[in-house]
Amino acid sequence: MLHIKNLHASIEDNKILKGINLEVRPGEVHAIMGPNGSGKSTLSSVIAGREEYEVTEGSIEFLNEDLLSLSPEERAHAGIFLSFQYPVEIPGVSLTNFIKTSMNETRKAKGLEPYPAKDLLKKMRDCLELLEMDKGFLSRSLNEGFSGGEKKRNEIFQMALLEPKLAILDETDSGLDIDALRIVASGVNKLRSPKNSFVLITHYQRLLNYIEPDYVHVLFNGKIVRSGGKELAHELESKGYDWIKQELAEV
Amino acid sequence: MSVELLADKLSSSFIVFENELNGETKTDLHRIRRESMAHFEKRGFPSIRQEDWKYTSLKPILKHDYKVFHKGDQALDFSDIKKFFIHDIDTYKIVFVNGVYSSWLSETTHQGYDICTFSAALRRHRDVTNQYFSKAADNTSAMVALNTAFAQEGAYIRMSKGMSAVKPVEIIHFTTEEAGSLLNQPRNLIVLEEGSEVQIIERHQSLGSKPVLTNSVSEIFVHANASLELYRVQNDADTASIINHTSIQQHRDSRVRTAVFSLGGKLMRNDLNIAFLGENAEAYLDGLTLLDDGQHADHHTRVDHRVPHCNSFEMYKGIYDGNSKGVFNGQIMVRPHAQKTNAFQQNNNIILGEKASVDTKPQLEIFADDVKCSHGCTVGQLDDEALFYLRSRGIPEHEAKALLLYAIGDEVIGKVRLKELRNRLHKLMAKKLNVDFQMEI
Ligand SMILES: Nc1ncnc2c1ncn2[C@@H]1O[C@H](COP(=O)(O)OP(=O)(O)OP(=O)(O)O)[C@@H](O)[C@H]1O
Ligand SMILES: [Mg+2]
Repeated sequence: MLHIKNLHASIEDNKILKGINLEVRPGEVHAIMGPNGSGKSTLSSVIAGREEYEVTEGSIEFLNEDLLSLSPEERAHAGIFLSFQYPVEIPGVSLTNFIKTSMNETRKAKGLEPYPAKDLLKKMRDCLELLEMDKGFLSRSLNEGFSGGEKKRNEIFQMALLEPKLAILDETDSGLDIDALRIVASGVNKLRSPKNSFVLITHYQRLLNYIEPDYVHVLFNGKIVRSGGKELAHELESKGYDWIKQELAEV
Repeated sequence: MSVELLADKLSSSFIVFENELNGETKTDLHRIRRESMAHFEKRGFPSIRQEDWKYTSLKPILKHDYKVFHKGDQALDFSDIKKFFIHDIDTYKIVFVNGVYSSWLSETTHQGYDICTFSAALRRHRDVTNQYFSKAADNTSAMVALNTAFAQEGAYIRMSKGMSAVKPVEIIHFTTEEAGSLLNQPRNLIVLEEGSEVQIIERHQSLGSKPVLTNSVSEIFVHANASLELYRVQNDADTASIINHTSIQQHRDSRVRTAVFSLGGKLMRNDLNIAFLGENAEAYLDGLTLLDDGQHADHHTRVDHRVPHCNSFEMYKGIYDGNSKGVFNGQIMVRPHAQKTNAFQQNNNIILGEKASVDTKPQLEIFADDVKCSHGCTVGQLDDEALFYLRSRGIPEHEAKALLLYAIGDEVIGKVRLKELRNRLHKLMAKKLNVDFQMEI
C-alpha cells in the first residue's frame, strides 16, 4: 500500500530525513517511536504533502501511484489521512461547514454527487457519538479554543467520517486523559479492517495496549534504525533510547 | 479631457445651474452653494500632493468628459434591475435613474415620517433643510464643496420622534448605457429625531459600459436615543467610480451602525466622519473590502469624541487580489474633556495578489487621560498552516483559500442585522471568490 524508499527530505537546507525505508501493507498497523526531533512529524508531513519540505532523494508510492507528484488534496482523495500533532485553529470556519466541504469535495473528486444534507448530518452525529463528543462542537469554529484533548478527539472524529485507507496518527495519544485514550483507540479499532492501514507515531506504550501494532520502528536522526514486533515498544518503554544510541555509536 | 478642463466645465455648468434657479438665488441655501462653488474653484480637484489623497489619484477617473446634467426619467424594467434590490423583503425605495428620481421604481412615504427625495424636501420642508443642510459635512473638502454647489437631488429621510420605520429603506442610483458618461452628485439628508429608528441600504449601480463618477455626500443627524443602521453595498461595474462622503452627528444615547462593502468598481473612496455631540452614544464602523485586478478602495474614517462616555468600535477588513490597491486611514480624536471614552480600531488586510498593496495608517489623537483606546493594523497573507490543514482534508487549494477568506469576510458580514442582506452579501462574496459554497453560518 505505502512504499517509502530511501526518502531524504529537508527544510530550508536542513536535512531532516536521511534515507527512510518503510513498507506498509493493507491491514497492517505500524508504530513509529523515536526521540524528540528525530523527524517523525516531518515524515508524516512529507507523506501528507506539505510543500515546505523538499524531497531531495527517494520515492513514495501509495497504491502503486507516485505520491510525491500529488497535491495534498489529491493525496487525501486517494485515501491518506493525517491526524496532526498540533491541529491548527481556524477561526470563522465552523466544524460543520468544514466537514461538509471536506466530505463533498472528496466525493466530487471521485465523481460522486454531494451527500444529501440529512445523511451527512446523521453520519456526523454517529461519529460524534462514537467519540463521545458533544454536538455543540459542530457549530464552533474549527479547533478554536478546543482543549488539547478535544483537538485530538476532533482529528479522530474527522478520520471516522473520511474513512481513509491509510491513517497516520501523529502523537494523537499525547495530552489525552485515560478515558479519551480509550475512546480514541476504539475509534481507530472501529476503522481497522484488512483493507485499512495505520501508522501510529507515539512516545508511549500505553496507546499500543489499546491498538496492537504489527510492527514497531525506531526513528532516530532521520533514519529508521531499528524495526521489530510489538515487544520492541515494551523494550523502549523500560530502557529508553540510550541503548540504541550506544549500539549505533559502536557500529 | 484634462482635470483642468473638467473643472472649467463644472464652473460654466454652475452658471447654467444658477440661471435655472429663478428666484432661488437669493436664498440661504443658494448662498451656501455659491460659497461652496467658490471654494471648489479655489481648491480644484484633490491631488496626491494632499495628505488626505496621497495614495488615491483621481487623475485616471477625471479625464473623461462627464455630463453634469441629466434629463428625463429613463424607463427601466423592474425585472431587469430586481437583482439589485433586497427583493425578498418589502422595503421603502428611493430610486434614481441617471440622477433623476424615478417615481415608477420608488416607494416613498409621508405617513408618520418622511422618506422621499431631497428635491421634495427643498420644496416642502425648507425649515428642515435650512436647519440641517451643510451643517455636518466637511465643506473644506473640495469634493464635498463641489457636491454642495450642485446639491439638488438625493434621498431625504426624516424619522419623527419615537417612530421606527416599518421596513428598511433602499436608496439606489442607476446609470444606464444610453446616458453616456455621467457625473452624478447625489445629496442625502437623513435626520433621526429623538428615539426613532431606521435601517438604510445604499448602492450605486451602473448598468452601462461608460465611465460613471458618483460624488455623493450624506449628512446624517442622529438625535437623542435614536438608532441608525447604514449599509453600503459597493459592487459596481469596472467603469464606475465613487467618492462618497458621509458625516454623522450623534447626540446622547444614540446608536449608529455603519458597514461598507467595497466589492466592485474602479475606484471607491469613502470618507466617514462621526462626531459625538452627546454622552453615552455609540458607533460601529465596519468595512469589508474585497478587490480584484484594476480596483482601488480608499477608506478614510474620522471618529471625533467630543464628549465623555461614548464608545466607538471600528473594524475594517481587506482582501486584495491581482494588482488591486487598498488604503485605510483611521483617525480617532479624543478631545481633552472626553473622559471615559472607549475607542477601538482594527484594520486587517490580506494580500493575495503579487502586485496588490495596501497602505494603512491609524491616527490616534488622544487628549484625555481616562480613556480606553486601542488600534491594530495587520497586513499579511493567508495562514499556510491553516491552508495545509484544509487541503489535507481533501479541500482543493482554491476552495481552501476561499473558505479562509470567507471566514474573514463573515466577521464583517455577520454583523449585518438584516438577514436578507447578510444572505446577499454571502452570495456576493462566494461569487467574487468564485466558489459555490452553501454555508450555514
Ligand atoms: N523550518 C525548520 N527549519 C529548521 N529545522 C526544522 C524546521 N522544521 C523542523 N525542523 C527540525 O526538524 C527536526 C525534526 O522535527 P520533527 O517535528 O519531525 O520531530 P519529531 O520527531 O516529530 O519530534 P517530536 O517527538 O518532538 O514531535 C527537528 O530538529 C526540528 O527542529
Ligand atoms: Mg512530532
